[in-house]
Amino acid sequence: MTFRKWSASLVGLLLVLVACGGTAGTTTTAEVASTTPTTAGEEPLTTTAAPDTSTTATGTGEGLTFGMILVGPQDDHGWSQAHYEAGLYMEEQLGAEMIVLDKVNGADRPDTTVEQVVDDMVSQGAQLIFATSDDMRDGILAGAANHPDVPMIWSSGDSAWAEGEAYEPDLTNLGNIMGEMEFGKMMAGCAAALTTQTGSIGFVGPLINDETRRLANAAYLGARYCYENYRGEDPNALQFAVNWIGFWFNIPGVTLDPTNVTNEFIDGGADVLISGIDTTEALVRTGQRAEAGESVWAIPYDFRDACDQAPDACLGVPFFNWGPSYVEVGQSVIDGTFTPDFQWLGPDWADINNSETSMIGFTQGPALSAEAATSLDEFTAGLADGSINLWTGPLNYQDGSPFLADGEEATPKQIWYTGQLLEGMEGASSAE
Amino acid sequence: MTRRIASFLVPLAVALGITALLLIVAGAPPLEALGLIGEGAFGDTTRIADTLTAWIPLGMAAAGLVVTFRAGLWNIGVEGQIIAGAIAASAVSRSAPGGPAIVIPLLLLAGVLGGALWGWLAGILRVKGRVNEIFGGIGLGFVAQSFATYLVIGPWKRAGVASTSGTEPFREETWLPTIGDTRLSWVGLTLLVIALVGVGFMLGRTRFGLRLRAVGSNPASARLLGVPANATLYWAFLWGGGLAGLAGGLLVAGLQHKLVPAIAGGRGFLAVLVVLLARNRVAFVAPIALFFAAISVGSSQLQLRLDLDSSLGAVIQGVLVLAAVLYAGWQARRVLVKRLAASAEATV
Repeated sequence: MTFRKWSASLVGLLLVLVACGGTAGTTTTAEVASTTPTTAGEEPLTTTAAPDTSTTATGTGEGLTFGMILVGPQDDHGWSQAHYEAGLYMEEQLGAEMIVLDKVNGADRPDTTVEQVVDDMVSQGAQLIFATSDDMRDGILAGAANHPDVPMIWSSGDSAWAEGEAYEPDLTNLGNIMGEMEFGKMMAGCAAALTTQTGSIGFVGPLINDETRRLANAAYLGARYCYENYRGEDPNALQFAVNWIGFWFNIPGVTLDPTNVTNEFIDGGADVLISGIDTTEALVRTGQRAEAGESVWAIPYDFRDACDQAPDACLGVPFFNWGPSYVEVGQSVIDGTFTPDFQWLGPDWADINNSETSMIGFTQGPALSAEAATSLDEFTAGLADGSINLWTGPLNYQDGSPFLADGEEATPKQIWYTGQLLEGMEGASSAE
Repeated sequence: MTRRIASFLVPLAVALGITALLLIVAGAPPLEALGLIGEGAFGDTTRIADTLTAWIPLGMAAAGLVVTFRAGLWNIGVEGQIIAGAIAASAVSRSAPGGPAIVIPLLLLAGVLGGALWGWLAGILRVKGRVNEIFGGIGLGFVAQSFATYLVIGPWKRAGVASTSGTEPFREETWLPTIGDTRLSWVGLTLLVIALVGVGFMLGRTRFGLRLRAVGSNPASARLLGVPANATLYWAFLWGGGLAGLAGGLLVAGLQHKLVPAIAGGRGFLAVLVVLLARNRVAFVAPIALFFAAISVGSSQLQLRLDLDSSLGAVIQGVLVLAAVLYAGWQARRVLVKRLAASAEATV
């Protein structure tokens, strides 16, 4: 065999492998295409995710320049897009300018660390930086320590919580913002329980940590409550299983494939899927199976318009609206009044879908029946006026140990740092 | 020599031309975009240091590949060998006591051994099992990848967490010492230079290098001439795997400071492309690996400054290799046609 002969055939194989190997090449074709309005094989984007004119100019010297570090693609119809759109909202509200880098994770960008991105953004004039993933913890702690004069926000983190378990008092430039998504997940669980015909709900979970246990538990509590109170069924008969894929989104060869997990749930009898991951595979796959005639539904996560991916199978979506809180932080940096706070923000109960005031919202989907919608509204009203507090004992952990005694209400710390799934849920509370 | 330089420059020009076209289609000024990649890779001390940091593991893995390629072995398993080295280095980082002077040499040695073990396994499959090293290597790569994922999400998980995002960072004594304020380590840089020079010397000036070449060009006649072919193959796998494993150890101790499942991050496959582009010459491996590292580090500027998708960097790398291989094929065909024409003339 000559070197040349082999080279030619190898290169073909290699280019495929490089693509599959999870380097920045993974999304090459789709992403190059995304500068045109449609992405190959996907629905047209309904949002302004494609690069537009607003952020191309740099260094004009006007207003605030801020950096936005995203863990996934900025058009993922989920977690990262919700942050990206909050950045666009900041640009619009504050006349600020966003520097954005998406897909900052070890699989997509092996040679780029969060610490490096922070350096880059600061050298480009960023006066405020958002690191928007749990996964960026080590990087943003280092980045904040490297640039103590630049205010930063680690979204979903707890490093600025004085009562928290991971408080970093020395990082006086690093704040945290998170939403009380428990409420959104309770609504999701409720909508699932109101709809299920098989009495079996599947939760497509990301990785296992305090946050994801907290949110899976919230979904379960909402499901139990609505199954019992609006449908008159025995909540103990409700099946609620969690399957964790291993990361916030699919990484081929590393995580479980969320599409497969969705299929397995449906094949196993679940007819409503609740997604806890950053992307919309659970809804997309469920939508395909619904189109093929099955009675199945899904509830995506994170992003206001996520239902658009498969509207006919979508019961609704609990979403984050980061814009208002990010604008507030941006304004504080402009005013010179930034403080490194830990903010855990709830919905604006007057109107949870108000894009200017509410951190957490819930868009009802086209597949939700009118009857279920009425019950869900009633449930939401109960959460709003405090007449329904599902974090009330008696509640046990999955292993039977007590979480809350009879009548005891959970403290914020007990809710944030949830050690286990709850009794009655199937699935792993931690790694086996 | 001019032909050899042309075989490097012509594809480069073609690749840059295609990339420029792509950029124009994407609505970006091509010169500014390429300039930004360059600036992102070499614009200031920090960026040069980051580019060199990316160069170290890529160059190291490529240096090891030159050895196996010389023996005629298509060691695609290099990605898995990097992971195996990273796992072994992580095991030492987690458990070995002592200060940096003890623990860093230990963990790097563990990396070499881990990678060499993985290379040796591919060798056994090849020699004893008659499994082509391409398939053996890919299979072993999956095994290493799965094992790393298992460790990160299982036995080595963070307390209360099961995530593939990585282990808890290892203690600071296991981190490679850096130069000034940068993230670049002189340990890694020195080791890379030693590896490149060492491989070059070994291939060009030693009996082992000669054997590799003999086995690589014609194993049957090498055996007839008394070259221990199987032993030579094993040694080639040990060298290739060992250097890839060292790259894995350097990634753990010099960049991530923890084990992540995607620790190799496609660098193994990229290293194969580097070596193909270098036509298996160690002298060309160094600059080409540096060039690839620069694109990899600098291309994030496309998004930061121009709002373009920075995957374009990977497109440039891919187009470059395709152009190089096509050019090499075209060259060889031209030579062949000339020869045929000459022999036809001679017979007339």
